[in-house]
Amino acid sequence: MTAMNAMNASNESSAERERGTRPVVLDVRDLSVSYGKVEALHHIDLKIRRGEIVTVIGPNGAGKTTLLAALMGLLPAQGEIVYLGERQGAERQVEQLVRQGMTLVPEKRELFGEMSVEDNLLLGAFDRYRGGHRDELETMDQVFEIFPRLAERREQLAGTLSGGERQMLAMGRALMAKPKLLMLDEPSLGLAPLIIKEIFRIVAELKKTGVAILLVEQNARAALQVADYGYVLETGEVSLEGPSAELASDPRVIESYLGLGGKGGAAAR
Amino acid sequence: MIRMKFLLAFIAALAVGPLLLPEFYVTLLNYIGLYAIVALGLVLLTGVGGLTSFGQAAFVGLGAYTTAYLTTVHGVSPWLTLLAGLAITAAVALFLGSITLRMGGHYLPLGTIAWGISLYFLFGNVDFLGGHTGITGVPALSLFGFELKSGREFYYLIWAVLLVIVLATRNLLDSREGRAIRALKGGTLMAEAMGVNTPRSKIVIFTVAALYACLSGWLYAHLQRFVNPTPFAIAQGIEYLFMAVIGGVAHVWGAILGAGLITILKQWLQDWLPRVFGQSGNFEVIVFGLLMIFVLHRAREGLWPIVLRLFPAQNARPRVADAEPLPRRSLPERGSVVLEVRDATKRFGGLVANNAMNLSVRAGEVMALIGPNGAGKSTMFNGISGVDPVTSGAVSFRGERIETLAARDIARRGMSRTFQHVRLLPTMSVLENVAIGAHLRGQRNFVHAALRTERVEEARLLHEAALQIERCGLAEHMYDAAGNLPLGKQRIVEIARALAADPCLLLLDEPAAGLRYLEKQALGDLLRRLRDDGMAILLVEHDMDFVMGLADRVVVMEFGEKLAEGLPEEVQRNPAVLEAYLGGVE
Amino acid sequence: MDLQIALLLGQDGITNGAIYALLALALVLVFAVTRVIFIPQGEFVAYGALTLASLQAGKLPGTLWLLLGLGAAVALVEIALALRTRQMRRIPSILLLNCGIPLLLGGILFAIPPATLPLAVQVVLALMLVVPLGPMVYRLAFQPIAEASVLVLLIVSIAVHVTLIGLGLLFFGAEGSRTPAFTDMSFEIGDALLQGQTVLVVVASAVLIVALYFFFERTIYGKALRATAMNRTGARLMGISATMAGKLSFTLATLIGAFSGVLISPITTIYYDSGFLIGLKGFVGAIVGGLASYPVAAAGAVLVGLLEAYSSFWASAYKEVIVFTMIIPVLLWRSLTTRHVEEEE
Repeated sequence: MTAMNAMNASNESSAERERGTRPVVLDVRDLSVSYGKVEALHHIDLKIRRGEIVTVIGPNGAGKTTLLAALMGLLPAQGEIVYLGERQGAERQVEQLVRQGMTLVPEKRELFGEMSVEDNLLLGAFDRYRGGHRDELETMDQVFEIFPRLAERREQLAGTLSGGERQMLAMGRALMAKPKLLMLDEPSLGLAPLIIKEIFRIVAELKKTGVAILLVEQNARAALQVADYGYVLETGEVSLEGPSAELASDPRVIESYLGLGGKGGAAAR
Repeated sequence: MIRMKFLLAFIAALAVGPLLLPEFYVTLLNYIGLYAIVALGLVLLTGVGGLTSFGQAAFVGLGAYTTAYLTTVHGVSPWLTLLAGLAITAAVALFLGSITLRMGGHYLPLGTIAWGISLYFLFGNVDFLGGHTGITGVPALSLFGFELKSGREFYYLIWAVLLVIVLATRNLLDSREGRAIRALKGGTLMAEAMGVNTPRSKIVIFTVAALYACLSGWLYAHLQRFVNPTPFAIAQGIEYLFMAVIGGVAHVWGAILGAGLITILKQWLQDWLPRVFGQSGNFEVIVFGLLMIFVLHRAREGLWPIVLRLFPAQNARPRVADAEPLPRRSLPERGSVVLEVRDATKRFGGLVANNAMNLSVRAGEVMALIGPNGAGKSTMFNGISGVDPVTSGAVSFRGERIETLAARDIARRGMSRTFQHVRLLPTMSVLENVAIGAHLRGQRNFVHAALRTERVEEARLLHEAALQIERCGLAEHMYDAAGNLPLGKQRIVEIARALAADPCLLLLDEPAAGLRYLEKQALGDLLRRLRDDGMAILLVEHDMDFVMGLADRVVVMEFGEKLAEGLPEEVQRNPAVLEAYLGGVE
Repeated sequence: MDLQIALLLGQDGITNGAIYALLALALVLVFAVTRVIFIPQGEFVAYGALTLASLQAGKLPGTLWLLLGLGAAVALVEIALALRTRQMRRIPSILLLNCGIPLLLGGILFAIPPATLPLAVQVVLALMLVVPLGPMVYRLAFQPIAEASVLVLLIVSIAVHVTLIGLGLLFFGAEGSRTPAFTDMSFEIGDALLQGQTVLVVVASAVLIVALYFFFERTIYGKALRATAMNRTGARLMGISATMAGKLSFTLATLIGAFSGVLISPITTIYYDSGFLIGLKGFVGAIVGGLASYPVAAAGAVLVGLLEAYSSFWASAYKEVIVFTMIIPVLLWRSLTTRHVEEEE
């Protein structure tokens, strides 16, 4: 245990140096989430800076989706969440966070199946429209530039799209809100390898626009390739963290996925 | 025992009441009794079963008009007209129930509103029923040659009937059928998987509630000695529901409390409100409506639980009596194939969730089904257990094709399951929850339950449930409410419930999720013991340490297809599996 | 029955059917967005008709007191919330919206005798008095329990209905009202006489339906409501709050209800409790559409209107019995054709 903590600490400091002084978008300290009497997340610390991709990887059931739901205000959580330098109150509401530029592309995509691609995108800009902005058509053109496939299908109903196109639409819809923090929950879920490659290429592109990206993935290799920094989540706790390149070559990542370590994996709990 | 004393005091007060009270209060108590009988039916329907009806007043009317018409026009004995009324009511309820209960829960109440309005207008317009003036001259009831002519005499009949049906309802709820009915509120999925015929349970409680209402109507007609359409209008149907909800819709005594409160409040408000507003009219509905909104916002369980809190129950724990063990199913021979899935494909519209899946499970082995999120494991589970049948392909269980059978019929054949999202009834004890699993091992129906002639069978069922709870190491929690257990233990309760069905194949959906290290070890030991007893176990699990240490064979799924199959150590070394789990773009 | 009577009854049926269709659409909308089975719809029909009748009779409509009362209640609840979450900035706008505007409306009614105003202004005034009640009712009765089961929402809906019936009696009294016909025109087509009132109701309903269609298909708020009905979670993630969608759908439904009341007020005498049956006939239409399909619901509602008109000729006493019994074959057909799948998972 102690060896591991020391390791984490050294990772963190070296990473801090590398990550430089870009402004912090999201700073999470000591975050815990419980379902009834069971704690699903224990004391998570996590930090994302502007123009940075941070990934949270980990096996199924480790609590990754719970983490995003808590950050997005869909679940009550204990601990400190500082977003854009402002400490979040206990009564954080999804709608309020959307207004502040936080968006989530959920694991199930949650598209409006009986509406056209265009209408789905338009609704992505709903909150901005309500706030008095009238640039949704320009934003939509920008989204179509990023996802030309969506432009081809603009009249089609979202429910009739293929799996990859649905993911693109879900991401495009989130981008319509011009987010400051984009959270992606398992964008590779159920997609064929070629499509996954395309999606991750786009994620890497998006980084250049300055948006901070929190990428939650089960597909560890793909995620670590695009990310700057990574956290390994295992049974509700961060068991490892560090710059992506270091994590990618860490044997413990493989262990935690396939249970090859046996005792090692159990001790970490 | 404080509660018992209060009950006895209540009954004693009821017995001497009419001897001391003035006429007005006896009449009021008569009405409270009549209303409580109807509200009790709604407790069963709404509070216990999670359904509702606004048309109970129409069933009251059916009972009242049947007896009024037959006794006055044809001179039939009131006791025979009671039977006739009950028969007509049962027929109407069965018909209405069978056409609305298959669909979403809101069709029944909407259907009952329409039916209530139709019947009201029918009563008011049919000439032989006296139109809006109604039928007069309904004869008095006579009991053993004694005519019940005054309200004071009738009082004892009404309250005796009420207490008898309170008792019968309590008996019904505390039985095998009662547990099946209470399981309805937790959704039909779990109940069906335990073998409960949920449409039947729903129709039964709707019919019973209608019969209570009919009984109340019959009493009303002979108390009042005349009938007209007004008391059977939809507004009265709504008031019955208000009584049940305000009193405490999940408690049999709540019906009496609610009927009493609303009736007295109405009397009082009808005196006062017209004076306050300076005009006459039914202004009490404003107060009732606001009161209902308030109760549903702030105390959805109604007032009875608040009354109960004043008199905390002492922990007189029921002991599970020793009983003759239930007969057991003959288990398939160890090593023989219990479950065989061949070329199973499941499509949701254009999406293929399972594509030509093959797998088999033998008696005395643990087979693990693993794979990344979205690989189609749960779909496969649902296809096997009949929750959501496969589109094509074959599922054979003990040599019999089952892919077209309903979940409850598959359960009957010896397959039992747990759920990924725990589906226990949180307010019921662990013992009762587990006893639901043994549902198919009893035969006695709700009539036996109401009359308590199923006690021998009930003791055997509870004994079996207790045995399974002990087997799973939860004996200390046997009488705790299931919802108060930590999630990990709730998962074990689900396993105990599945075992109470005496299955030969156990389907476990992520049994180790949320368990602590020691709990996982205990679960592993339990599953190993079951395997050694010859049980076939198919489990979906994400915890790899747990799976690899336990499974005899592993099937890995990806994109709805089988990626690999073999011994745990083979699968762990398989490059395709490594790729699927860790991903990779190149 | 000769052809002339048949045509006359057909006219009646279509007039009523058009109004039931409007109500059916509102019911489907409210159910899809909020899962509330909107029983009080009928009370807003009655309020609309009775408010217009009061204005035309030169009386101060009782709706004003209701509006002031509900507005004050909403303001109290909202201010208490603002104090608890320390958002003092919101208090002035809360007061203005819920108390200021109703007071202003009251002031106008006191200042200008409404009986002298042109019909169109009277109608607009009546709608302004009734429509805000919808979102206020949503705020007080439904918003705090928006996540409850359909069953609980339905019982609350019934409780609201009963309360509004009582308040209707209090504010409008027990006597019924009938407003003068909007138009005396009539057209002769062949042998039949086409009444101007019928044309007016059908055209007004059609215009409203087309307007609703444009709202849902062409405006971002309309699309947001549809999105909420399709996928609540998805809509929330776009910042479309359930509260906003709920209030908006209640506003629209109340507008439709009150407007239907205005349309129907010259055709039949409306009492404080007449709305319930009218609303329920809209429901029969909505149930034909499975509480989900707008066009089928509207068609079902027109069918209800026709059935009602013809049965009032053949068996006038059994008119209501026939209309409400029609729900039985509809339910039977739906139960045989739909396979109910558990909502969860």
